[in-house]
Amino acid sequence: MLETLTTFLFGRLSLESFPYHEPIVVATFFAVMLGGIALVAALSYFKLWGYLWKEWFTTVDHKRIGIMYMILGLIMLLRGFADAIMMRAQQAIAFNGSEGYLNSHHFDQVFTAHGVIMIFFVAMPFVTGLMNYVVPLQIGARDVSFPFLNNFSFWMTVGGAVLIMASLFVGEFARTGWLAYPPLSGLEASPDVGVDYYIWALQVAGVGTTLSGINLICTIVKMRAPGMTMMKMPVFTWTSLCTNVLIVASFPILTAVLVLLSLDRYVGTHFFTNDMGGNPMMYVNLIWIWGHPEVYILILPCFGIFSEVTSTFTGKKLFGYTSMVYATVVITILSYLVWLHHFFTMGSGASVNSFFGITTMIISIPTGAKIFNWLFTMYRGRIRFELPMMWTIAFMLTFVIGGMTGVLLAVPPADFVLHNSLFLIAHFHNVIIGGVLFGLFAGIYYWWPKAFGFRLDPFWGKMSFWFWVIGFYFAFMPLYVLGLMGVTRRLRVFEDPSLQIWFQIAAFGAVLIALGIGSFLIQIAVSVLKRKQLVDLTGDPWHGRTLEWATSSPPPDYNFAFTPVIHDNDAWWDMKKRGYARPLEGFRPIHMPSNTGTGIILAGISTALGFALIWHIWWLAAVSFIGLLVVAIGHTFNYNRDFHIPVDEVVRTESERTRLLSGQV
Amino acid sequence: MTTTVEAMHGSHAGHDTPRDATPPVFYVRDEHAHEAASTALGFWIYLMSDCLIFAVLFATYGVLGTSYAAGPTAKELFDLPLVALNTTMLLLSSITYGFAMLAMEKGRTGQTQGWLAITLLFGLAFLGIELYEFAHLIHEGAGPWRSAFLSSFFTLVGTHGLHVTFGSVWLVTLMVQVARRGLIPANRRRLMCLSMFWHFLDVIWIGVFTFVYLMGALR
Repeated sequence: MLETLTTFLFGRLSLESFPYHEPIVVATFFAVMLGGIALVAALSYFKLWGYLWKEWFTTVDHKRIGIMYMILGLIMLLRGFADAIMMRAQQAIAFNGSEGYLNSHHFDQVFTAHGVIMIFFVAMPFVTGLMNYVVPLQIGARDVSFPFLNNFSFWMTVGGAVLIMASLFVGEFARTGWLAYPPLSGLEASPDVGVDYYIWALQVAGVGTTLSGINLICTIVKMRAPGMTMMKMPVFTWTSLCTNVLIVASFPILTAVLVLLSLDRYVGTHFFTNDMGGNPMMYVNLIWIWGHPEVYILILPCFGIFSEVTSTFTGKKLFGYTSMVYATVVITILSYLVWLHHFFTMGSGASVNSFFGITTMIISIPTGAKIFNWLFTMYRGRIRFELPMMWTIAFMLTFVIGGMTGVLLAVPPADFVLHNSLFLIAHFHNVIIGGVLFGLFAGIYYWWPKAFGFRLDPFWGKMSFWFWVIGFYFAFMPLYVLGLMGVTRRLRVFEDPSLQIWFQIAAFGAVLIALGIGSFLIQIAVSVLKRKQLVDLTGDPWHGRTLEWATSSPPPDYNFAFTPVIHDNDAWWDMKKRGYARPLEGFRPIHMPSNTGTGIILAGISTALGFALIWHIWWLAAVSFIGLLVVAIGHTFNYNRDFHIPVDEVVRTESERTRLLSGQV
Repeated sequence: MTTTVEAMHGSHAGHDTPRDATPPVFYVRDEHAHEAASTALGFWIYLMSDCLIFAVLFATYGVLGTSYAAGPTAKELFDLPLVALNTTMLLLSSITYGFAMLAMEKGRTGQTQGWLAITLLFGLAFLGIELYEFAHLIHEGAGPWRSAFLSSFFTLVGTHGLHVTFGSVWLVTLMVQVARRGLIPANRRRLMCLSMFWHFLDVIWIGVFTFVYLMGALR
């Protein structure tokens, strides 16, 4: 009787679900709890909850949502990196009969969580955050096309992150690797909650990603300032457009394939099972039809960042704008024609493997064109070695190595040797760290002064830069060597003592990267303290070329008092060159969307729904599903979703900027 | 506004041309409205993303559609006259939704509501017949857990059915909103979105009818 009741109330959740017997997890738990309690106490003491709710959680301002995405990415970076350094430490010591300090149950969760978190909850929020912040400013818009959806998308991403973090302390995470291939992820091999956490975290976050993709496509297509034709868009906006097209055209595939996997697990269907006609390779194909475009979703905006940074810090127009745009579009299309190179060993035959091998190699052509465009932009330019430019140069050197090992892996016979080896691990970290992460750092340093009105401290930035770059080479070059020697990925203990030195070098590299992350955090703290010295009043600290530098830093809620008119690719450069005079009068009230709490409420209920489905708490699932419907439908009955910023407020904001600008001169 | 912009393009072709007497215009004072246009485009893009979900389900059915696992085959299970009736219900509901939109264009609230109600009835009839079909199959021991073929069949057809269910809930919501506020622009925009959604489901069903039922009966 009691048992029936607890099963009804809590589903599969019981005291045994809490990993109190794992000292590492318990210590982490207490650290997180202490930190959390301190944070909550501080927020209550300074009475910040109302401010946070009104100004941030319910905001529909693309700039604030962009900043919140960046904060989410940074927090999750710390979690994902903690996983990384645990793996490096384990592999460096688990030799000569030592079992290391992680048991296999724990180690398998760590490498799965590391991959999932780094891709979905670090790289994606960072990329989406930058696009959210920058794109509307670059195209001279007031906000995105659907500001409420934007808020909702953000909170859904947070919901997914919350579920993954919950798996650390309640139950466990998947032990399947970051793509959860069946039959390992099927019910027979993984009967516990780990894979369910994986599924529902990605489903909740995936809704947010897809919607934000639709939102940004509409914004770029429909809301550009007059005069900005497609071929006058800044390159970052172009790459964002292509990335969001990729998001909309690939995330539904992930959604669908995860639905099929959950049907196998919840309903007992036979899509990916070994028996009753199921076909596990169907899953592998489908998930890579999403997965390969996904890596271009991450890298394309970074290519855009490098383009902006290179032309700004060499003081020249970007070399080959048109070829840059076409290269981006070609990569977008080709990214759908290469998925099978992730599993040449499936045995699809020479013809099929050749096709996918050749399409993969063809992608290096537009990518190479981009590298040459950046080099030619720098050629005979007056290069300023500010932090964004340093990251760009580090990218160009590092990414070329990663690209070449990629072409190597694209050769099917070579892939048969290197498949699933540490060579592959080294390759994709080489392009994702050397491309995406370096690009994100370039972007963060480049646009930080726009977002906050002061620069980041260069000394700690350089510390972070050198620790990161040198650390990267130390951490991943040994993996190339190990991979060539035939060491496979995801191993917990090793037999051959001659391999140990390479893992120790890699662990040393991970420590350097830890110092790089630490320097980055110190840098933010130092910069906030020194914000008076690092201040920028002009709104254009780098002598920028695109429209976001035309407004103040940070920009007013409405971005631009009047809609700009564009005559040139480098719109702001053109304005500066041709004597643009900032309008000082004739302001009008500005039409803006209102804040709403519906986004965070819907996302909160979705997270509860996910949690209920993970633990089979069916009453909670039913209640939260009905709650979702009621709140969503209720929201559509609210027709008053906008307001006007009164003209006096616009006048006040603009006069303040005039005062600051004149003080500067 | 557009004409001014183009005129300026004419006078400043290329940024290196000598300065004109009139300074270039770098901003406009008028606000431009874009919300309605954005919604239509955004909804189209959403439909295309939904279409991809169906593409995955069709592809899965294409691969697994003959994996009977020694269970019943498509030919043995499908009852074509029943499916034909079901298809008729859905096609008729699309026509009546079209009539509702024509009435909306003429600004006739009552007529719009009437056609919407008829659309809803056809939609519910479709769902009823589909549920009967599913219940019948499960009763015969041909549930989604019997074989990969049946898994993919139930998932493809059931996902379409879930979309029709969701569309019906949305339809009721919109009828309440039209009753409360009439055919104001916001409601017209919403009816237009649901119209695209409803016809989209019709198109998907044509695919289901052809590839699943007709070709299944031939196999």
